[in-house]
Amino acid sequence: MLKIENLHARVEDKAILRGINLEVKPGEVHAIMGPNGSGKSTLSSVIAGKEEYEVTDGSIIFEGEDIDELAAEERAHKGIFLSFQYPVEIPGVSVTNFMKTAINETRKAQGLEEMPAKDMLKLIREKSELLEIDRKFLSRSLNEGFSGGEKKRNEIFQMAMLDPKLAILDETDSGLDIDALRIVANGVNKLKSEDNAVVVITHYQRLLDYIVPDFVHVLYNGRIVKSGGKELAHELEEKGYDWIKEEVNAK
Amino acid sequence: MDLKDKLVSSFLAFENRVDNDAYVHDVRSDAIKIFEENGFPSKKEEAWKYTSLNSVLKHDYSLFPKREEALDYRDVKKYFIHEIDSYKIVFIDGKYSSHLSQTTHDGMDVCLMSAALSKPKYRLVIENYFNKAASKDSLTSLNTAFSNEGAFIHIPKNKLVEKPIQIVHFSTGSEAATMLQPRNLIVVDENSHVQIIERHQSLTDNPVLTNSVTEIFANKRAIVDYYKIQNDNLNASLIDNTFINQKRESHASVHTFSFGGKLTRNNLNFFQNGERIDSTLKGVTIIGDKQHVDHNTLVHHIEPNCESHQDYKGIFDDNAVGVFNGKVVVEKEAQKTNAFQANNNILISDKATINTKPQLEIFADDVKCSHGCTIGQLDESAMFYMRSRGIPEKEAKGLLMYAFSNNVLSSVKIPEIKQRITKLIANKLGVNIGFDL
Repeated sequence: MLKIENLHARVEDKAILRGINLEVKPGEVHAIMGPNGSGKSTLSSVIAGKEEYEVTDGSIIFEGEDIDELAAEERAHKGIFLSFQYPVEIPGVSVTNFMKTAINETRKAQGLEEMPAKDMLKLIREKSELLEIDRKFLSRSLNEGFSGGEKKRNEIFQMAMLDPKLAILDETDSGLDIDALRIVANGVNKLKSEDNAVVVITHYQRLLDYIVPDFVHVLYNGRIVKSGGKELAHELEEKGYDWIKEEVNAK
Repeated sequence: MDLKDKLVSSFLAFENRVDNDAYVHDVRSDAIKIFEENGFPSKKEEAWKYTSLNSVLKHDYSLFPKREEALDYRDVKKYFIHEIDSYKIVFIDGKYSSHLSQTTHDGMDVCLMSAALSKPKYRLVIENYFNKAASKDSLTSLNTAFSNEGAFIHIPKNKLVEKPIQIVHFSTGSEAATMLQPRNLIVVDENSHVQIIERHQSLTDNPVLTNSVTEIFANKRAIVDYYKIQNDNLNASLIDNTFINQKRESHASVHTFSFGGKLTRNNLNFFQNGERIDSTLKGVTIIGDKQHVDHNTLVHHIEPNCESHQDYKGIFDDNAVGVFNGKVVVEKEAQKTNAFQANNNILISDKATINTKPQLEIFADDVKCSHGCTIGQLDESAMFYMRSRGIPEKEAKGLLMYAFSNNVLSSVKIPEIKQRITKLIANKLGVNIGFDL
């Protein structure tokens, strides 16, 4: 599904990714962990198509297609979804209207008719129940005045509505209390299937108790320096990142 | 002959032609003298520093256009808020169109200025109110000198006027260039409530210059909501002079939606003559091309315990120029005044310009006054957020700009107007906002 080869990227003059290799197959859950400043969020932004980041070498292949030249919305139309670490407030546009616009623009790009209002309402009802979101919440301006937990739950609600092939969850656990964490993780798990894939980007292994990864990768200094199974996450939780840094620096 | 000379020399002929009332005659004669002395304002004047009238004054305007054939309602329906039942006062090239209008004398007067100025039964109202709020500046005086036609609205006390009143001025351009000077007088007595929608619409590519004056009197506890829809074509220019005189505990609001026209200058003046008055001035300006929109506002806080709320948003593309000059005066007696002013702008193109100048003159010491203006571009992180959800760049921009202007729309009380303005914004931004509102 996703194949990243030797990916180098920079923002302005600063090289942040220095040769990432990663392959994600349908049905898999990958976790990308690493200390602050290792390039985790950059990697997610580059996959989603943020323009400030310049890919200087390597490639991102999604479903067999090099997506480097595609705009963020085109990547979304192909089924890539990024759950933001810091969702942006859009005053004046309600959650519902935002979702309607996003879904219908995606359908338009895929050559489909607009979704009938009745189906849209049904979908909204179904997915808001999944994330235990109050109906009143949906008529509020997007992310405006939302608590940290509400913002994250809203991100996963949007993911549920858009039903992506590849979901990248960037620090989705930050700012969540344990109940919200459970709701969010439960939502993600219910959306999981043999045909889609999830990449969880996180600093702590807490979320990985709920969304259990098949693979764990450690990102440091813009490279994946270690990969393993879910037990690697526990090891990192116990020992921290210093031993990884030492291992890398020793080489 | 330049336009000033042409106007001055045609004054006598004009006065001879219209019905003459001694009181109105004196007012007009004084006014033409002021205009003759001062002429059109130039950029040398502080209040006109950023707006030059040169390009609109160069045409050889016909001052008293012949009446064009009646318009068919079906052809001009789109310029009305036609989804609601309303009173209508409609003018074609400055002349009243009874065919398109729906006036009333049933318990209130929604009718013509020409009737009010000439008929004895209106004399008292005219003597009490006509030209009493309007300032003596040159352009307003010019309008006063030639004042004859426009809307006359008098709502007696304790009346809630359920149907909004639409005042629409069409110009058909039967002449090469047309100058119009409509004059409106609106008197709302104690405890009454009225909603008014005003529009100037050119139906021709010939140049049109409108110098309009509207006087509004909101008496004790009256509520007046006024909506100005300015979406004229690129050859039409408008100088709008509006004066609102408020008495105690009255609420008056003016929303100005400026989406079109070549040059638009809004001189909007509020005078608070009483305690516990509330004044609201809101505006959304979205222009491109070489369009020019200038909002020149004044709120004069004269007595204690009053409020004013100003919120103007502007979005400027291409070579468009925007001006916001917001003056708030708080007199020494006007303690406990709350005055807020905000002017936020987005420049989409590198060649667009906004000149924004808040002016506060505060002579009282126990007041809350705030003002702020911002000029920015669209928020890049919001753009990426929306695009990452599949909303294309153009639509994302449109949605953001709609959201930017949205809190001005939130105080629009007539849903049909809100809907219409939303559609106009969507059209102007070239996007399908993608949802019903």
